[in-house]
Amino acid sequence: MEQHTIYNQPSTAGKFGDFGGRFVPETLMSALHELEETYNSVKSDPDFLAELNDLQKNYNGRETPLTFANRLTDHYGKGKIYLKREDLNHTGAHKMNNTLGQILLAKRLGKTRIIAETGAGQHGVATATVCAKFGLECTVYMGEVDIERQEMNVFRMKMLGAKVVPVTSGSKTLKDATNEAIRDWVTNVENTHYIIGSVVGPHPYPMIVRDFQSIIGEETKTQINNFEGRNPDYIIACVGGGSNAIGIFYPFINNPEVKLIGIEAGGYGIDTDMHCATLTLGRPGVFQGMNTYLLQDSEGQISEVHSISAGLDYPGVGPEHSFLKELNRVQYSSITDDEALDAALQLSRLEGILPALESSHALAHLEYLMPNTNKDDIVVINLSGRGDKDLNTFINKIKF
Amino acid sequence: MSKIKNTIEQINNDGKKALSVFLTSGFPTIDKFLDNTNRIIEAGADLIELGMPFSDPLADGGVIQQSSQIALQNGITQKQTFQFAEQIKKHNKTPLILMGYANTILQYGKEQFEQDAINAGVDGLIIPDVPLEEFDDFFFPFSTKLDKILLTTPTSSKKRIIELDQKSEGFLYCVSVSGTTGVREGFDNKVTQNLETTYKALSKNKMLVGFGISTPENIKQLSPFADGFIVGSAVIKSLQNESIDETINLIKSLKQACVE
Repeated sequence: MEQHTIYNQPSTAGKFGDFGGRFVPETLMSALHELEETYNSVKSDPDFLAELNDLQKNYNGRETPLTFANRLTDHYGKGKIYLKREDLNHTGAHKMNNTLGQILLAKRLGKTRIIAETGAGQHGVATATVCAKFGLECTVYMGEVDIERQEMNVFRMKMLGAKVVPVTSGSKTLKDATNEAIRDWVTNVENTHYIIGSVVGPHPYPMIVRDFQSIIGEETKTQINNFEGRNPDYIIACVGGGSNAIGIFYPFINNPEVKLIGIEAGGYGIDTDMHCATLTLGRPGVFQGMNTYLLQDSEGQISEVHSISAGLDYPGVGPEHSFLKELNRVQYSSITDDEALDAALQLSRLEGILPALESSHALAHLEYLMPNTNKDDIVVINLSGRGDKDLNTFINKIKF
Repeated sequence: MSKIKNTIEQINNDGKKALSVFLTSGFPTIDKFLDNTNRIIEAGADLIELGMPFSDPLADGGVIQQSSQIALQNGITQKQTFQFAEQIKKHNKTPLILMGYANTILQYGKEQFEQDAINAGVDGLIIPDVPLEEFDDFFFPFSTKLDKILLTTPTSSKKRIIELDQKSEGFLYCVSVSGTTGVREGFDNKVTQNLETTYKALSKNKMLVGFGISTPENIKQLSPFADGFIVGSAVIKSLQNESIDETINLIKSLKQACVE
């Protein structure tokens, strides 16, 4: 009977409860089935896992540290705060965990061309990186607005040999880049693998990306138990599509004593139209291959959204997050642009770590959480990326 | 019997191919839409596919994407699209199919959507982001009053084509090439071979070929492997012009190729 309480998602039809699924044109169905079959055959294949582990260790630099943030802890004077250092991955964010896994899948699928979408550019860089390492052709779709605010990452992708295609439709951000990547895939599916950068899109992507990102939570579990002899009381992560969050949450889902908190981008504030608080204010619908919470109007047209952080600037969210919200297993709330900027500066000053704007949303939630913690509480923040890529935004927004 | 299937069969029985024309609801303007549509039917369209504009049309190429954007900027709503459908059906016997994306139906409410579609005289639905795998769940609790038309593509296996044929109602929409909607330069042998294989595999449905059909030459080339043709982007592109005369000439020339 106990088995009924064990979390085991998605179903074989790719559903997390009612969420998820495969809402894509027929052209892609054979590729999705092939991807699922290949993934299911390699995920417990010792050769595949050995190759992936070797790359994670000797190329990506895992395991990443779990750092005790002593000055940040002193600042709040309450529970102990640890940082899971995904900023120390090769190329500067958690995105590599997924692209390394998927490039090995692409090789086994016999695909010669890789496409990806990118918002902040971190997934684009991580994809361009693995394509260079494995000698595969790489095309990255990126919204024009994001190209402007993340120009360093555009240049990095080009140095790595990728073709960066500017997307000028819609809001010219991550959602539109994803549309264009899917259209490319529909056209070139025979020789092309689409490396989706988050736990979004049609099944089996939300499952595959989650599994590859779960290394974050697995390491965290071992590390915190080594330091403290127990699981943490709270884990906080930012949620755009939600891959870093699922990555650190997933291994703890069956540990009900661990409170999981997902932080969305509140933009100018959730009382305005300019935010990305999908789970907080959206409602379910079908978009980009999945049934999930969406920001949309009464007619079902997808909203144009805003966040200072390109990586969170997305009107949808991974379907597993929608499911975890309805299960009440994860609490979701939001942080504004300004709160995130303050948190970025605070971590830089107190810990000597310059965080990505995405991760700064998770950090900013400490202002709300810490006053309610006790001295013996343990809080882990997933520091999903480093802030070097955001210098343009910091320079424009922070005045000394 | 399905009115859509019946119409195609009658045309085929006369030794002709059916011509289905896709039009984005509310494009190029709300005011011009009905008049344009009536003239296009008069010029020879045997079926009309009325596109329900969606902000993120994954299966569409640039031309239809832009027409959807413009229609949305024009203030098109689903209620208005149903009104258009009703007015088209008032003046014409032409079967009318709504084409669009899953979220439009979900947000309108499935039951209400079906009811309003039936009341407007709509005959069928094409929803390209609802594939076989999602079909039963998505179309629950729809009745059988509207034909639910499925798409087959060059990547569909023989086994799958047979399944799609069994499930599809009205006709089977055969996508000529992998890709989004839009004009193409021509079709190579691989395309014709694939169409032939698909065409021969069908036992239940008539097969209409779409994606990349823009000229009488396309129709003549693919005629041996189709019961009819669907034209969309080429028509939408011509509608961007000031005068509709060019569109009417295009429809007439495509119709001519269908009846030769």
